[in-house]
Amino acid sequence: MDENGIRTDGRRWDELRPLKIEVGVVKNADGSAQIEWGKNKIIAAVYGPKEMHPKHLELADRAVLKCRYHMAPFSVDERKNPAPSRREIEISKVIREALQPALFLEDYPRTAIQVYVEILQSDGGSRVAGITAASLALADAGINMRDLVVGCAVGKVDGKIVLDLNDTEDKEGSGDMPYAFMPNLNQVTLLQMDGLFTHDEFKEALELAKVGGLKVYKVQREALLKKYFSGGGPETSTTSAELMEEA
Amino acid sequence: MPQKSFVVETIKRNQLVEALSKGKRLDGRDLNELRKLEIKTHVIEKANGSAMVTLGNTQVLAGVKVDKGTPFPDTPDKGLLIVGAEVLPMAAAYLEAGPPDESAIELARVVDRGVRESEMIDVASLVIKEGKWVYSVFVDVNILNADGNLFDATSYAVVAALLTAKMPRFVLEGDVVKDTGERVPLPVSKIPISVTVASINNTLVLDPTEEEEAVMDARITLDTEDGGNLCAGQKGEPGYLTPEQILTAAEWSISKGKEIRQRIKEATGA
Repeated sequence: MDENGIRTDGRRWDELRPLKIEVGVVKNADGSAQIEWGKNKIIAAVYGPKEMHPKHLELADRAVLKCRYHMAPFSVDERKNPAPSRREIEISKVIREALQPALFLEDYPRTAIQVYVEILQSDGGSRVAGITAASLALADAGINMRDLVVGCAVGKVDGKIVLDLNDTEDKEGSGDMPYAFMPNLNQVTLLQMDGLFTHDEFKEALELAKVGGLKVYKVQREALLKKYFSGGGPETSTTSAELMEEA
Repeated sequence: MPQKSFVVETIKRNQLVEALSKGKRLDGRDLNELRKLEIKTHVIEKANGSAMVTLGNTQVLAGVKVDKGTPFPDTPDKGLLIVGAEVLPMAAAYLEAGPPDESAIELARVVDRGVRESEMIDVASLVIKEGKWVYSVFVDVNILNADGNLFDATSYAVVAALLTAKMPRFVLEGDVVKDTGERVPLPVSKIPISVTVASINNTLVLDPTEEEEAVMDARITLDTEDGGNLCAGQKGEPGYLTPEQILTAAEWSISKGKEIRQRIKEATGA
């Protein structure tokens, strides 16, 4: 950050990167959404409720939620081996656990609901962008939900808590905290953290993540409304500057 | 986790939840009380460092192996520090041998994050020749008996093993790395302490047992370093936490972390 508190990409500490979300982009899927957030380009698709394979893993009283977070080989600077890494396996698990509290899985016994999150291009905060898109894809698939799930990361750059880290800030900053929550219920469904935070900074970071997340929620909600209530115009776009004015 | 029979889980859940509503746990502990913690170091002679940690009935063994290695291309000026964890099939009736599943991967990565982010080991000083040779520090943990809270037990074992490890000192002679035969302590600067809290029916309990984990809605692990700052964290399991619960977990992590750090210091002579 420079002496005026302006970040490497020209944002202030509490500004989001440009965010664009579109619902219904994968025609074969039961639900899907594409998100462009900073340089992140991510597609989430949902199939289900469908038959559970293998059969013996189905649950008698609810659906099984399955989730795959995967990065395309060309999504990062150095080619990524397409085989799932330990990082991707962990992120698949935390994304699944971030989405599950929002779903009425008990409405779909003996079935599976499969969520795919494909990172076509990766920037800072790909898991929270993936969650934001995946929860829209689930809504688009018509799965019964308590709330949408919004992801938003906060971090620490030059000793200051800032919203929505980009790739450079993620790699060179001193802390990163991916966060996801259900905005209408104010329940946190994902929290991860690395880097040093004092107790006060931790509180501040949680608060900022929520404020940032509510801005993301606005765009997320509009994208869903646009698909279903505006006669087919599938696209919505809000820049962080516009968001700032409204906030 | 395999599916346990629902009858058992419902009965167990009711029992647990009823006790928790009165602020009591089935094993008589306070909500934020750690089980009996025992730490034994120097248990494996052939390892550079080792520690057996017993937390209630959870038992884990960590071993440190230090060797020479090549640095990662993006960090040519840093030594390697890699934490791995394996839940042995002997650790519980429902486990089977096989490659690590997502829970085991999460466990290893969360413990690794705590050690790494606290900057416990000064990896910059573990360089023999920049870009070519560095020290590689592998900490591998075997879970011998699983009775809940593997995250904290594993973390304490890793920390105790690193604190008491003696590594070889390598020197460069021409282009060849030679072992001087000397054995020196690792460059340790901080002691990270992991504290895990489970939410069961909106009551928080510290250091959950296997039974409590079987019915918990969500889990949060927060690590602190010596200064009382938080340095790593992970929420897990398919439930939610409220922001207030997260702040309580942070307070517990800071206050309990201090006590546990003291215990580990005493056990390791650090």
